[in-house]
Amino acid sequence: MVLLQISEPGQSPSPHQRRRAAGIDLGTTNSLVASVRSGTPEVLLDADNQYLLPSVVRYNALKESTVGYAAYLQLSTDPLNTLSSVKRFMGRGIQDIKKLGSQMPYELTTQVDGGMPNFKTVAGDVSPVEASAEILKVLVSRSEEALGGTLDGVVLTVPAYFDEAQRQATKDAATLTGVKVLRLLNEPTAAAVAYGLDQGAEGIIAIYDFGGGTFDVSILRLSSGVFQVLATGGDSSLGGDDIDRVVAQWFSEKAGFSDDLSPSLQRELLMSARIAKEELSESTFTEVNVAGWTGVLSREKFNLLINPLVDKTLGCCKRVLRDAKLKASDITNVVMVGGSTRTHLVRQKVADAFHREPLVNIDPDKVVALGAAIQADLLVGNKPDEDMLLLDVIPLSLGLETMGGLMEKIIHRNTTIPIIKSQEFTTFKDGQTAMSVHVLQGERELISDCRSLARFELRGIPPLVAGAAKIQVSFQVDADGLLNVSAKELASGVESRIEVKPSYGLNDKDIARMLQESYGSAKEDMLARALREQQVDARRMREDLLAALKKDGRELLSDTEYSCLELTVRDLDEICDSQSYREISHQIEAASKASEEFAARRMNVSIKKALAGYSLDDMERGI
Amino acid sequence: MNFSCDYFELFGCPINYKIDLVLLDKRYHELQSKFHPDRYMGESLHEQRLAVQYVSFVNQAYAELKSPLFRAKYLLSLQSINFSDETHIVHDPMFLMEQIELREKLADIRETDQVSVALEKLKKDASLRYTEIQEMFEGQYNKNDFQVAFDSLAKMQFVSKFLDEIERLEEELDDF
Repeated sequence: MVLLQISEPGQSPSPHQRRRAAGIDLGTTNSLVASVRSGTPEVLLDADNQYLLPSVVRYNALKESTVGYAAYLQLSTDPLNTLSSVKRFMGRGIQDIKKLGSQMPYELTTQVDGGMPNFKTVAGDVSPVEASAEILKVLVSRSEEALGGTLDGVVLTVPAYFDEAQRQATKDAATLTGVKVLRLLNEPTAAAVAYGLDQGAEGIIAIYDFGGGTFDVSILRLSSGVFQVLATGGDSSLGGDDIDRVVAQWFSEKAGFSDDLSPSLQRELLMSARIAKEELSESTFTEVNVAGWTGVLSREKFNLLINPLVDKTLGCCKRVLRDAKLKASDITNVVMVGGSTRTHLVRQKVADAFHREPLVNIDPDKVVALGAAIQADLLVGNKPDEDMLLLDVIPLSLGLETMGGLMEKIIHRNTTIPIIKSQEFTTFKDGQTAMSVHVLQGERELISDCRSLARFELRGIPPLVAGAAKIQVSFQVDADGLLNVSAKELASGVESRIEVKPSYGLNDKDIARMLQESYGSAKEDMLARALREQQVDARRMREDLLAALKKDGRELLSDTEYSCLELTVRDLDEICDSQSYREISHQIEAASKASEEFAARRMNVSIKKALAGYSLDDMERGI
Repeated sequence: MNFSCDYFELFGCPINYKIDLVLLDKRYHELQSKFHPDRYMGESLHEQRLAVQYVSFVNQAYAELKSPLFRAKYLLSLQSINFSDETHIVHDPMFLMEQIELREKLADIRETDQVSVALEKLKKDASLRYTEIQEMFEGQYNKNDFQVAFDSLAKMQFVSKFLDEIERLEEELDDF
């Protein structure tokens, strides 16, 4: 494996110690964590040597939670307090969830503001974000045990087709666990990394990622360590769960059950469906024995039942090829990811669609976590000389509501991120002094067909005749695929900026409450963790600033400026062992302000150097 | 930061409509490898923000140079000719007739027996036309005939929108 890299003692990237980083795949059905150890990414095992953690959380009346296999075993006996597939609820409103299926083995409470519904359990209302945080906590502590200390950061994977609300909800879950998120990474991109580095592949590859609850397809170009996503598409509510549902439905019809099933019977049917599905990957028929009904399901019948679902995924593949401006024959390799790609019909139809046998040689359950671990190792700073680079895109267009209830796109889907784009708007009434900005995501023209992300008002526009004021609205999408919107009146400079908190996300008040609750249960632990993180940040900042001063300080700074920053370094040095969280964070802020100008100058120099490099290159090429 | 340089200078490509896409890609990757936010994770927050801004600029520049339509718009903007969809009127009756016919064909295509075959043919024709207009633009631009090139740009815009409509219909037929 090319990933293997052994460093001699003393040649490790000192002065930094090797930092602890992990890649977490928070899946619909199962979750897992991987980390790079001795140069090789590997999945981390629990005490029973299992790497898969069933994404199931059970709550009891004492407000304690059980996560994983033990909870999974209670799915049909204690359906209301045992939550599975919570990923499908992340960042979704009640309307979206109703579309997932006519019956749900849960009791849901709707939020007044149209936010994410909560699950009603004996432990009280639980939001999908809180349940996800429970799963994350188990994986974080598993990694900390395996790696021998606090994690410096994690890369958390999300389906590429997740929208803003779903991404934000995932990030919120990580915030609740207190772990530092280095990056939200798209699952197919993570898979491409694991696959590409392992096989040393070059060319254009398609990642077909059919998981428990989501479907993604991404097309990437791989060349010398750069993984450039050309286009991505999918369906964030299409997965193995839906296969189980159509099969369970068929069992129920055959057995003559009524339409109104109890939660525990629903669960029992779904679990039998899942077992039958898994057996049909191996054999051509399976015997079913569920809730007193016995029957046989042949692979032929099974294929017939799930065919519409598979066709839906192939529709996505067609669209993504078109978006990438490619034909199926341009694809060098197709990589299968996710448990649902074990299904025969899926493999067969994907092979037909791309005119080639898909690759299944990396375990479809592990590949995403392995790729995330590689990226985490890089981002945390363990591999300063690595040339791997991931260029990703946003999956869905972002825009604003304009007159007549139409959506005007500002950033189109499949735009490479990070990206900043602005557009000018104007007032439509004489003397208009305020303007409401409605941020949307989606591909359709009518705003009612798009997802509403946020609304805010820009006030204090100078009263002018209609059309005279110029309002510039800027969209900034960062490398996590998360959006920031700001609006500015250009003549007066009146500005309004918001972090987009999608309508279906948690608001800051919710997060504060949940954090407080988790502080309550392990308050000292959380506070100690927060303090440690601040100390690490201060130390890192000191090291980085010192290195920058050594390298460029004399050249770019006046003597006075230089000594000022030396003082800053000394201040950081003195503070980094402090036991006061506030003291440290105060110093970090001061240091960051003091070094801003230096940072800008260094950046300008690197840009100049990068651009000047061309003329030399050209001479060598004989242009 | 240095946002003043033009897109061609940014990628070290000569200012021209014809562009070496292999070179563009290579330099895009070089710039990304240096300035992508991933490379600034260990730096100060301020430097991280600067990197995000700079890479956004690089991404935008790359996307515009890669697109035949936006590259043409950008070249004319360097000559201080700014293109806006609303203000420019194409005075070429032949071209307009042809466009109306193409659009009628597209509107009727759902009634055709083999929709996807007919759509494929229409797409091929429009793509050919698109390439022709691009070549026209290139010639006019090279002769510094910017006003005439401007007219070709407007035509390019027409055909580009038409191709978008074809794609939308294709998507619809794929059941989206």
